[in-house]
Amino acid sequence: MLGRLTWASIPFDEPIALVAGGGAVLGGLAVLALITMMGWWPYLWREWLTSVDHKRIGVMYSFLALIMLLRGFADGIMMRSQQAIAVGGAEGYLPPDHYDQIFSAHGTIMIFFVAMPFVVGLMNFVVPLQLGVRDVAFPVLNSVSFWLTASGALLVNASLVIGNFSRTGWLAYPPLSELAFSPDVGVDYWLWSLQISGIGTLLAGINMVTTILKLRAPGMVYFRMPVFCWTALASNMLIIAAFPILTATMAMLALDRYLGMHFFTNEGGGNQMMYVNLIWAWGHPEVYILVLPVFGVFSEVIATFSGKALFGYRSMVLATLAICVLSFMVWLHHFFTMGASADVNAFFGVMSMVIAVPTGVKVFNWLFTLFHGRVRFTPPVLWSIGFMVTFVVGGMTGVLLAVPPVDFVLHNSVFLIAHFHNVIIGGVLFGLFAGYTYWFPKAFGFTLHEGWGKASFWCWFVGFYLAFMPLYVLGLEGMTRRLQHINNAEWQPLLFVAEAGAVTIMAGIACQIMQLYVSIRTREQRRDLTGDPWNGRTLEWATASPPPVYNFAMMPEVDDVDAFWEMKKRRELDELTPTYEDIEMPRNTPIGIFTAAVAVTTGFALIWHIWWMVILGLIAAAVATMAFGWSEDREFEIPAAEVARLESNRVGLGQAA
Amino acid sequence: MSITSIADIAPHHVAPGRGGGGPAPTRIVVAYGFWIFLLSDIILFSGLFAAYAVLSSNSAGGPTGQELFSFKTAFIETMLLLVSSYTCGLGALSMERDRADFFHLFFALTFVLGAAFVAIEISEFVGMIGEGAPPSRSAFLSSFFTLVGTHGTHVTFGLIWLGYMMAQVVAKGFRGHVKQRILCFSLFWHALDIVWVGVFTLVYLMGGR
Amino acid sequence: MDGDDILHLHDRTPGVRHGEATADFWTYTAGLVFAVVLTIMSFVVAKTSLLWGPGIPVGLIVLAFAQIGVHLVFFLHMGTGPDHTNNIVALAFGMLICFLVITGSIWIMMNLHANMMPMPHPMGLR
Repeated sequence: MLGRLTWASIPFDEPIALVAGGGAVLGGLAVLALITMMGWWPYLWREWLTSVDHKRIGVMYSFLALIMLLRGFADGIMMRSQQAIAVGGAEGYLPPDHYDQIFSAHGTIMIFFVAMPFVVGLMNFVVPLQLGVRDVAFPVLNSVSFWLTASGALLVNASLVIGNFSRTGWLAYPPLSELAFSPDVGVDYWLWSLQISGIGTLLAGINMVTTILKLRAPGMVYFRMPVFCWTALASNMLIIAAFPILTATMAMLALDRYLGMHFFTNEGGGNQMMYVNLIWAWGHPEVYILVLPVFGVFSEVIATFSGKALFGYRSMVLATLAICVLSFMVWLHHFFTMGASADVNAFFGVMSMVIAVPTGVKVFNWLFTLFHGRVRFTPPVLWSIGFMVTFVVGGMTGVLLAVPPVDFVLHNSVFLIAHFHNVIIGGVLFGLFAGYTYWFPKAFGFTLHEGWGKASFWCWFVGFYLAFMPLYVLGLEGMTRRLQHINNAEWQPLLFVAEAGAVTIMAGIACQIMQLYVSIRTREQRRDLTGDPWNGRTLEWATASPPPVYNFAMMPEVDDVDAFWEMKKRRELDELTPTYEDIEMPRNTPIGIFTAAVAVTTGFALIWHIWWMVILGLIAAAVATMAFGWSEDREFEIPAAEVARLESNRVGLGQAA
Repeated sequence: MSITSIADIAPHHVAPGRGGGGPAPTRIVVAYGFWIFLLSDIILFSGLFAAYAVLSSNSAGGPTGQELFSFKTAFIETMLLLVSSYTCGLGALSMERDRADFFHLFFALTFVLGAAFVAIEISEFVGMIGEGAPPSRSAFLSSFFTLVGTHGTHVTFGLIWLGYMMAQVVAKGFRGHVKQRILCFSLFWHALDIVWVGVFTLVYLMGGR
Repeated sequence: MDGDDILHLHDRTPGVRHGEATADFWTYTAGLVFAVVLTIMSFVVAKTSLLWGPGIPVGLIVLAFAQIGVHLVFFLHMGTGPDHTNNIVALAFGMLICFLVITGSIWIMMNLHANMMPMPHPMGLR
């Protein structure tokens, strides 16, 4: 009846897992109880859960990412502590079985449920505003995409309490991840949560590319698009190109596990190297999916806070597109050591180094933008400068690793761990935090506290160097990754330094929580009434903060890259006499949250082999799709008079001083 | 700024949806989004094609393509799908000319041809499993069943969609929404035929020789 | 918005025909004829020794691409006009990715295969 699910699936015998899982469940229940007690459900349902507003969905994506960041970071600091303690004779506090789950969950969560939703969330929130339009191309699909991502996150976390997570690393290489060597549900949790959230990401990518290519304000030709939109376009094109490969690869692994096929098994002619090849054909572009949009964030932040137009706009765009294409020609550098011949390795090594060229172009463009600018050192700028310093170091070690003979020495060592944390924390995460602080007032109508923001930046910045520079050294000394126990006692001092770094980063996260708390408490004093708190350059600052549901009461006309800057310069806004029209907006729909219910149920049933539930889930999905496909009444109209009333209460385009 | 030069090339109010003239109309947005989706679907197939190309010689002592594939079946399947693509196109054409009678005729024909294709494929699969060549026999057969089966699943899904769209036309007539979806469907159906060109070439012709 | 045909003239998507639709029946029919001919050629090439043995795969691939081209032009109405740029660029990007994934995988895997050490007996792993 319940497939493989029994009472024994709940880890009553593992104290640490039980406490963590129990804590998560209790915390979740407490939140639900609070919402019920305060009577917030109708508001939440109406304004958030069923919303198809790209801004709300963007905020929900980012919120999901921040919550999952806490989970992923908890895994990270547990690993650092284990490695600091379990040296020589000491065993540490995490048994191997649990430790393996933790490093697998850490990687999976940080990439798929922190970095991805945060990046997608920022793009969702910002891109339509920057393009000067009212919503994305497919608002309902946008809601469905978000809920699929959230479903994946829920399934990953369910593995804390019911059953266990994968012990096979974040990419689940076969044959270890095959049924013969991982017979329990861990890999299945990994497979289905990523499969579900991956489909959500793919749909989000289709939505965003269509939005950027087909919906732009009048006058916004390609070379007047803000750089963030360009990078979002490139990133989403990569999503469309790469995520189907991930879907196909994971489907093949699932077929191996569920139907006894032989794609990647040891026997039956399977070839595990094909899995490694295919997963990295997705995995490398994935890195650029994450980093390209934050390159856009830095471009916006640096231009705004330098009070200058971005240096080399066109070279920035071309560099972005070059990276977009090149990122699909380097994937073998993740497995140089698998045994390809020198010419293959050399080709991919050279391509990997070539990709540093457009990236270098970008760094110089940012530097030249800062040069002779009136730079205001706000937290977004600190994150950006911290990024530039850190990312260049990470890029250099990356070029080092792109040399195949060097890679043979450093492959699977903690040098590699240091390298990719260097680019993902120092690149992606710093950029996301820059974007978070930069666009927060746009989303909520008040700015974030600067002092706590700066404190958080310095903790993260120092913490990062403390935590990962020792790993470069340890990697060169031969320490391999994913060690539950360390034999060489000489490494312990550096591991202590790394642990101190992790604690410093924890202080940075605490500062961010404090920043949010203090800012909400003092929001009345930090209201952004102009809609333009930073003296911005692009269209998102031309409307009120937070923007009305329709974003712009009147369609902005664009005749420059920095459209809003030009409008301000020419004082166009003062002369504007507002004329409002009826605005057609998409209606809220519960189809997104219903999709989540179906996806979680079906995914859970697949993981535990509860076949009747799988069939029910699929039938529910089919019926819902058909019912939705039949309906036509998906829009409602905001009459011009109502728009005028809303606008008279606000400031923004047409009213800005 | 250097951008002023572009303003000259692309004056205001050029083609809608292509930058100059503001957001494109819904119909174009929907069709374009669907086109992008189809491309992503074709990339998914490229992963399966790659797996088949790499694994097709790993028959692990079991039956090989030469022993299993029949040129005749593959040829019939190809023709069925090709003609169904043709009738689907004519159906979409009838829709544009608001000829519901022809639309139903051509889409019914498309359905019959597509269903025949699926039926032949299923019988081929059943036959292979009966002959001791199930997907769990070898990596070659795993990748064969997955590649061809994924295509067949798409066709089956297309048949359901096709029937659903015919029902919508009966119930609502050729309304804007309905027309849009029929257009998307015909794109989907043509794309499946394109994928099949790859399948019969790589799997049946190259593997069955 | 759907009735606003003038707006559509400048921007087309795959499957949408341009302007007057008089020649369309013949477009589809021509497409069918071309595709049938190419299919028959493929099967003939594969079945007979019309082509030099090692050249057969190449011939088949060329024929397959020709047929895909026929489908794109006659069934999906991909044109060359400036209003088709977006569609063509998306298609080209998709095809580039497919090409990279398939040929890249084959290249890498064949290379790895060639470098595998000869193993007379399968390893004892399960």
